[in-house]
Amino acid sequence: MSDTPMIDELEKGPWPSFVREIRRAGEQSATARDLINILELSYKDKKTHWKHGGVVGVRGYGAGVIGRYVDMPEKFPGVAHFHTVRVNQTSGFVYNSKGMGEIMDIWDKRGSGMTNLHGSTGDLVLLGTNTDELEPIFTEIAKKGWDLGGSGSDLRTPSCCIGPARCEFSMIDTLEITRECTNYYQDELHRPAFPYKFKIKVAGCPNDCVASIARSDLSIIGTWKDDIRIDDAEVAKYVKGNEIDVLREVVMMCPTKCMDLDGEKLTIDNGNCVRCMHCINKMTKALRPGEEQGATILLGAKAPIVEGAMLASVIVPFLELEAPFDNLKELIEAFWEVWDEDGKNKERIGEFMERMGKGEFVKAVAGVLEDNDSEVELDVMPEQLLYPRDNPYIFYDEYLEEVDD
Amino acid sequence: MAEERITDQGAKDYKEFLHPVMLKNYGQWKYHEIVKPGVLVHVAESGDKIYTVRIGSPRLLSTKSIRFFMATADKYCDGFLRWTTRNNVEFMTDKEENVDKIIKEVEADGWPVGGTGRTASNMVHTQGWVHCHTSATDASGIVKSIMDSVFEDFTNENLPGKLKMALACCLNMCGAVHASDISVLGIHRRPPKVDYHLLGQICEIPTTIAACPTGAIRQDIVDGVKAMKIVEDQCMFCGACYTACPNMPIADPLNDGVSVWVGGKISNARSKPTMTKLVVPYLPNNPPRWPEVVEAVNKIISVYKENGKKYERLGEMIERIGWPKFFKLTGFEFTKYHVDDFKLAFKSYNTSAHLRF
Repeated sequence: MSDTPMIDELEKGPWPSFVREIRRAGEQSATARDLINILELSYKDKKTHWKHGGVVGVRGYGAGVIGRYVDMPEKFPGVAHFHTVRVNQTSGFVYNSKGMGEIMDIWDKRGSGMTNLHGSTGDLVLLGTNTDELEPIFTEIAKKGWDLGGSGSDLRTPSCCIGPARCEFSMIDTLEITRECTNYYQDELHRPAFPYKFKIKVAGCPNDCVASIARSDLSIIGTWKDDIRIDDAEVAKYVKGNEIDVLREVVMMCPTKCMDLDGEKLTIDNGNCVRCMHCINKMTKALRPGEEQGATILLGAKAPIVEGAMLASVIVPFLELEAPFDNLKELIEAFWEVWDEDGKNKERIGEFMERMGKGEFVKAVAGVLEDNDSEVELDVMPEQLLYPRDNPYIFYDEYLEEVDD
Repeated sequence: MAEERITDQGAKDYKEFLHPVMLKNYGQWKYHEIVKPGVLVHVAESGDKIYTVRIGSPRLLSTKSIRFFMATADKYCDGFLRWTTRNNVEFMTDKEENVDKIIKEVEADGWPVGGTGRTASNMVHTQGWVHCHTSATDASGIVKSIMDSVFEDFTNENLPGKLKMALACCLNMCGAVHASDISVLGIHRRPPKVDYHLLGQICEIPTTIAACPTGAIRQDIVDGVKAMKIVEDQCMFCGACYTACPNMPIADPLNDGVSVWVGGKISNARSKPTMTKLVVPYLPNNPPRWPEVVEAVNKIISVYKENGKKYERLGEMIERIGWPKFFKLTGFEFTKYHVDDFKLAFKSYNTSAHLRF
């Protein structure tokens, strides 16, 4: 009988099995073989057998490697050390066989042969190696032009959707913004010095395929200001065709009811369009975003720990973004300056903004921008909120005093 | 002389890794269509076309499988391939005749084609017992079991709208699951077991106290030694203290398990991005296949299939029919755990007489 009956069970079934993957790696790697064994034990014990990470890394960096040890190293020597190496992925997760092959060759030689493609933040994750291999892995990937990503209280590896490389919806150059933010802020990414982690994700349109509004402290979402471009002839084809019911499945599903269909003629009250993308998504040949394009900048998304999960909220409704994105950098640096000044240890910027009050926070960031002679003008505005305050506990700091004449 | 150390190169240039047709038409795409589930075609202003074949992956990949993808890309895609945010692999080619060849090749090695349009897309997830020290459950095993059961909904457009599922194996949520259509979240249910004597020696006390969302950790003196204690009534078992302090292990095989959440979304299409809401507060860890979790997810999907309108996401359907009806249709028990009691809980109270009977 097999030593790993429970894990074997997960090799069955139609969906690609992670067990097959670990077994494939195990053909060459004792580490991968012991990974199967320790996992079987976890399935039996119903608990993890990984210990709290230790401090490991590569020289000169404080990030990019996560230490991991098993709690029974004598019994499972293959995974006594099982450290993770985060390799900075490309913008849009694009590769070719040559570039990916460089990493695979190094990893087959120096690691378990197991990967995560990709980690939740976006890194190309090499899963499972010894402390002694870390420095050689870094040296070898660096020689091929690759670098490590972020970890700990630093700028985490920025990531983005496929954007203008293969998507007609993309209104900003997501790939270039991501690479520029990554490469311009290498020190912030490799040497943790923030109150806590800071994630940047760049989505080309409000469909947000990279989940920036839920998963990143700084969410950059492409949008447009002018009118949706309508191709009347293509609209007529959709109306006559069987592919979609334009009235029920497009016009009536518009969240602000800003569309009308008269026969084959579609009209849009653009002043009341909230840029939700539904009609454009469904009638890709007939409708396109306007041509005055830029990004909405939102701040503060995070998972629950410590003060509860949050979605990001609007800070700048519309920002034009052209390389080398100086205005964006000025804004990012102003966020960091305010957060760095008063943020507590392990306080994400969203939690910090909530503690400080969004109004105070915006005013503070605006002050920094002004001090730095930034071209970005920021102020409190209704677009940043769902609705104005509904409680009267107002901290007035402007008032009149009696004056003697 | 020592070789100069190369550091801070940053990300490689993506332009090096774009298919020539994508590079040529960068920013000049006109429209796209879903040819069939898992196959997209993007058409540029120039008239150029690029076809994409999308396959599901378990995210945990061996170098051997990645080399198989590379070889497939070499054969049909001029060597180019990409991954998606949801851990799918995409093969892109400008030659329409290559599409079926790619599909045949990947399917022969066990990789399903799908995940576009109104399908159940690949489930994003965390590390679980494969690699993580704080996990309350495994990730890959549950995801494999769920994806096996919804396989036909990945390869076919069977659903009213897109269905995006996610799993995080503890409240740290490194796979942020607070805005998915269906989320599975690993949970602990007992406070950490602590060695009070060692606490202050191993851990930084102020950092550990600050890690607690509810202020349940207090400074203490035990036998004249600086320590910490946990006010157990205030602990909601998040494990944040264990991340700050290794001497407060929280894993408990008897009580750890998962909760199930629904109705979140990321996209701005139609309705706003929305957080998930609790439907099942606790299901046991039952490896290797977690049948109770798979059953709960399937129950939700079958209610969605029967009641959802075309293009409506699960959360939008629930908004339309109301939460009471959703609980009735799914048969999940409504308990005290469904009533929020953290900050801003009152925002979830029904402050109206709007009720459906």
